[in-house]
Amino acid sequence: MKKILLGNEAIARGAYEAGVKVSTAYPGTPSTEITEAIAKYKEIYVEWSPNEKVALEVAIGSSVAGARSIVCMKHVGVNVAADPLFTLAYTGVNGGLVLVVADDPGMHSSQNEQDSRYYAIANSIPMLEPSDSSEAKEFTKLAFEMSEKYDTPVMLRSTTRVSHSQSFVQLEDRCEVGIKPYVKDITKYAMMPSMAVGRHKVVEARINKLSVDSNSMDINKITYKSTKIGIICSGVVAKYAEEAIPDASILKLGMVNPLPMQMIKEFASKVDKLYVIEELEPIFEKQIKAKGIECIGKEIFSIQGELSVALIRNKLLGEPMPVADSTLPVRPPVMCPGCPHRSVFYVLHKLKLMVTADIGCYTLGAGEPLNAVDTVVCMGASIGMCHGVDKALGREQSKKTVAVIGDSTFVHSGITGIVDAVYNQGSSTIIILDNSTTGMTGHQPNPATGRTIRDQVTHQLDLEQVVRACGVKSVQTVDSYDMQAVEKAVKEELAKDEVSVIIARKPCILLTKEVKTPYFIGSDKCKKCGMCMKIGCPAIMKTKDNTFSIKADQCVGCAVCTQMCKFDAIKLGGKN
Amino acid sequence: MANILIVGVGGQGTLLASRVLGNYAVLTGQDCKLSEVHGMSQRGGSVVTHVRIGSNILSPIVAVGDADIIIAFEKLEALRWRHYLKKDGMMVVNEEEIMPMPVITGAMEYPKDIQDKIKQMNVKTLFINAFELAKQCGNVKVTNVVMLGALAKNLGFKYEDIIEAVKMTVPAKFLDVNLLAIEKGYNAK
Repeated sequence: MKKILLGNEAIARGAYEAGVKVSTAYPGTPSTEITEAIAKYKEIYVEWSPNEKVALEVAIGSSVAGARSIVCMKHVGVNVAADPLFTLAYTGVNGGLVLVVADDPGMHSSQNEQDSRYYAIANSIPMLEPSDSSEAKEFTKLAFEMSEKYDTPVMLRSTTRVSHSQSFVQLEDRCEVGIKPYVKDITKYAMMPSMAVGRHKVVEARINKLSVDSNSMDINKITYKSTKIGIICSGVVAKYAEEAIPDASILKLGMVNPLPMQMIKEFASKVDKLYVIEELEPIFEKQIKAKGIECIGKEIFSIQGELSVALIRNKLLGEPMPVADSTLPVRPPVMCPGCPHRSVFYVLHKLKLMVTADIGCYTLGAGEPLNAVDTVVCMGASIGMCHGVDKALGREQSKKTVAVIGDSTFVHSGITGIVDAVYNQGSSTIIILDNSTTGMTGHQPNPATGRTIRDQVTHQLDLEQVVRACGVKSVQTVDSYDMQAVEKAVKEELAKDEVSVIIARKPCILLTKEVKTPYFIGSDKCKKCGMCMKIGCPAIMKTKDNTFSIKADQCVGCAVCTQMCKFDAIKLGGKN
Repeated sequence: MANILIVGVGGQGTLLASRVLGNYAVLTGQDCKLSEVHGMSQRGGSVVTHVRIGSNILSPIVAVGDADIIIAFEKLEALRWRHYLKKDGMMVVNEEEIMPMPVITGAMEYPKDIQDKIKQMNVKTLFINAFELAKQCGNVKVTNVVMLGALAKNLGFKYEDIIEAVKMTVPAKFLDVNLLAIEKGYNAK
């Protein structure tokens, strides 16, 4: 049967068909839907782990125990999982283990543009890269076979355009591969120096063998057409190249580490002009040039952003490329109407605080008019950075600095930051924005929500208890919508010479199914002061005659704007 | 081969529209690739969904200058993405205006001449008040499906096929209002 599937759903299908037993992940765009799709296959144990490091460690455990295991994350997640990954490369696997990483060229929803292929090189492990949904499924299955054949973790790299595109996939049955017997072997699985010395040799021998074998692997494919132009590429870029230059000869790399150098040499010798076209870093190009093969790559293509059919036509054929009208007002993403973060950020803006922020929807607090974020680095960084500001500039500045972090991000990487601030006698004020979900990635449950990925009720991590157990004595919980309460709490906690935590709690508005009556602005009482506009709610607008109005179809009745109006002009009962 | 761009503002339902088109391709036995936006941009930002239907589709993304048709769920977004349209392409634009943040904060003005600028492109255009038509169907949330009806008509899709594709995509309890919306859009002039 053929079905149209998202690249991520196709990876999930591949895992299912490959007989995978255990699947772990932390949500991150563009990888999230893989694990959500796996959750629909009852044959597979699936979990949201608190972070990518734990996710990988669970998968290593299940692999050692003999089960085929898959772990999925976005590119920056690999940074978190890098510690176990580098040593997993030494231990190898028992049941096949595949780490899926979804890169985000062009940063549709990420804080950097790092290229995960470097991790495969650094770890000396193979990496496969599919170009559409059909290959996403096939390569996932192949990755498991390869993992067991070569006794290695295999990385499967996707990019946003593969993960979030849909195309046809031929569905096949699940192959029950069973559980491989576990045999105790500390020379393989207990990586202390004496054992690791031996395993490092295995790693080197393995990657050398893979390098040789790569030249005869079907997934590295040459299509000869005209020999005037030859293109080496991988992933979705191979589709772009084939469409842009239909008569070019193409070497499409299905395995992007290690490279099939014999094949590349042969291909290079047969074409007049060789282009290496790759998104992000010049990883193929550098390796190819290092072998003395002439090629053109980043001389004409940028390291930044995505490639496209039009861009390849432009660079190789000189065809003009229509450009966007840059004079139009931009439309950046914004906090939704009724977002519980808005009121908290307005208070932080009003108090003119320095705000070390974190990864999540609340990065949107950086934009106008709230303009209430100073820093965003990585998951959990807000708390460590707030402590760093405190230690650099002392109490005077720490009285004017807060960290903000979401509930899911706090569980992911925030707890150790709190332990550090308390242990080292800091005075940070930390606000946990608890919206009871992992918002930006599409509302996944997390340990603080008390629900599993399959919506089973489980232990609910109590955030108050956690921070108290870390040694924070001053903890208060406020309603995020109540700006007076938020302001009072922030002022109180900033005044204390100790680490303190405010939990600003209100579920994400997109989770609330309840339909509330919208508000409207009564023209009789409105003094046109514009205070209601300062919270940056997309439901409130300035009309052409300089009055203000609330779009009833957008307003969700959160009433945060009513707290801004001194003239009692905002009333319940708006109509379209 | 049809190269379709569905543009709008995050939350307007471009994803559902593209999924109906995917099912349309399944029904009519054609190859198809769709490309969507997930994550951050969905939060009220400018969003674009690419749909390509035909035989042996390679790139999941419509190349700049290759789109046969752009359906814009919002007027300013029609203007923003217009460079994707090919010379003899078509624009189907919902007349709804949604203010972006620079306009809300007063830093910029919402362009007043959108209709004129689009007409100056000398392409086939259709402006429809999909929001109003959706309201007539009884639910403003089906604005996207009204637009889809207009798209289907202008790409020469058979009415029965697009209706069937909607049935494959939409949950049964919302089917009636969605079918009404397709009809309104299909007959919009």
